[in-house]
Amino acid sequence: MLLLAIDTSTTAITVGLHDGSSVVAEASTLDARAHAEHLAPNMRDVLATAGAEPGDVTDVVVGIGPGPFTGLRVGIVTGRTFAFALGLPVRGLTSLDAIAHEAWLDGRRGELVVATDARRKEVYAAAYVLGDERADRVSEPTVSRAADLPAETRALPTAGRGPILYAEALPHAVAPLDVSGGALADLAVRRLRESAPGPGELQWVDPGHGFDGLEPLYLRRPDAAPAPPSTKSTLG
Amino acid sequence: MSDEPLVLGIETSCDETGVGIVRGQTLLVDTVASSVEEHARFGGVVPEVASRAHLEAMVPTIERACREAGVRLRDLDAISVTSGPGLAGALLVGVASAKALALALGKPIYGVNHLASHVAVDIVEHGPLPEPTMAMLVSGGHSSLLLVPDVTNDVRSLGSTMDDAAGEAFDKVARVLGLPFPGGPHVDRAAREGNRIAIDFPRGLTTGRDMERHRFDFSFSGLKTAVARWVETRQRAGEAVPVADVAASFQEAVVDVLTRKALLACKEHDVDHLLIGGGVAANSRLRALAEERCAKAGVTLRVPRPGLCTDNGAMVAALGAQMVAKGRLPSDLGLPTDSSMPVTLVQA
Ligand SMILES: [Zn+2]
Repeated sequence: MLLLAIDTSTTAITVGLHDGSSVVAEASTLDARAHAEHLAPNMRDVLATAGAEPGDVTDVVVGIGPGPFTGLRVGIVTGRTFAFALGLPVRGLTSLDAIAHEAWLDGRRGELVVATDARRKEVYAAAYVLGDERADRVSEPTVSRAADLPAETRALPTAGRGPILYAEALPHAVAPLDVSGGALADLAVRRLRESAPGPGELQWVDPGHGFDGLEPLYLRRPDAAPAPPSTKSTLG
Repeated sequence: MSDEPLVLGIETSCDETGVGIVRGQTLLVDTVASSVEEHARFGGVVPEVASRAHLEAMVPTIERACREAGVRLRDLDAISVTSGPGLAGALLVGVASAKALALALGKPIYGVNHLASHVAVDIVEHGPLPEPTMAMLVSGGHSSLLLVPDVTNDVRSLGSTMDDAAGEAFDKVARVLGLPFPGGPHVDRAAREGNRIAIDFPRGLTTGRDMERHRFDFSFSGLKTAVARWVETRQRAGEAVPVADVAASFQEAVVDVLTRKALLACKEHDVDHLLIGGGVAANSRLRALAEERCAKAGVTLRVPRPGLCTDNGAMVAALGAQMVAKGRLPSDLGLPTDSSMPVTLVQA
């Protein structure tokens, strides 16, 4: 097994490679404005680090957000296309789950909020309970101003860039700040294992099982204004 | 690599998800998924709506193109993709997808200019481009006169619009006349019933000092305003608006300026081939007047069929195939998108 995990929902353009027993390579670039530039080179780099060819990959997992739309789409279309070109299964996972999972991997337990930058002075947020076995999400992801989250939520330890951007509303910043491809890959392998019928070889079950589909979590409607003429430079 | 390279081209600069496959100078397939209907009620392209539609259409469109052409991805020689100009978020979807294909398949990638692609597409329709060729690109986004000594690395801009693109003027006049978006085909249809010399609308940048300073530039904003005023005056006086005559007279003003300047450029640069591309090239009156004036001037006119004039993947594949055939080096896997990529930059 060689699972390639991709996420572009946060500031990190991140890729992880997992061989079924551990993360064998990871590459992240922090650049919120250049997702499409860095993602493919990062994928190339993790494969090279692991001494693998694209054709050796057996599974693809992408973070489906929520995240700022433009960057988020880069990861999803990349994962979908890469998997299609090689005839591989591709699955989606909620990106916020990967942040909570990394906090869990680092030993954190108890309640946790993940709040990431949604731009426009808002955050994407979800609440988790980090138990002995795993991190469980206990609320659906939302988008709102940090200060509009319930007071008891805001008082909890909070991962993601939300508390860095809105320290007053979210005073308890904890690591990590962004999604890491390695944590996403690890989470994906665990979800697979949970959904596998028994010990032995990992195998994929029905597409939805333990995964979140491949549709981006936009959580916002598009702004319904036509492009101004100056940017509408190629109609036709 | 063969001189008949098999290239898949991806185009997502605006509201159409285009995937085309070309072998050398032969078009194998041109597949387009359009989100134009989703934009119609806004009277223009909504960038976020277009980007969302590109994401959903991308892989299915690649799949359909390969199936219809009977091409296996692993047999491709290269991937080419529009890296600009265009809507930033829309371009990103196509470029990311193209990179994923190139990486997965171990193929070279060419990030190419959308406008040069509009020129190159005629190679799969009418054969090799004479060097140089004069190209006029007219659409909702561009109105450019280009001198093209070599479409793979030497494209020179002689002029472009100072304000509205020609197609944009069609959209706006259509709105004034109560015709649907996109305006081009509707104005064209209405104009067929009208008298094109009924109203003498202004021809921008065609006289005196304008002609010296902006010899090959265009301006359609004044024309658009003149049409709106003319219609308003009628409406205020309680008179019926002769839609067909307004459409025909407006259209005549646009195509008169376009063809006049294009032929002047041919004459002054001693070029005997004129290529017209872009969505407005589908306009029947533009084609007719260009044919008439080219014939008179001894210039050979080339216009791709309408389906290849609007944005499509075939044009990107056609340019990519030229790049490969001419031995141009591929782009880096880190190639950026550039929403305002200059026309003189053929490759990213
Ligand atoms: Zn175009």
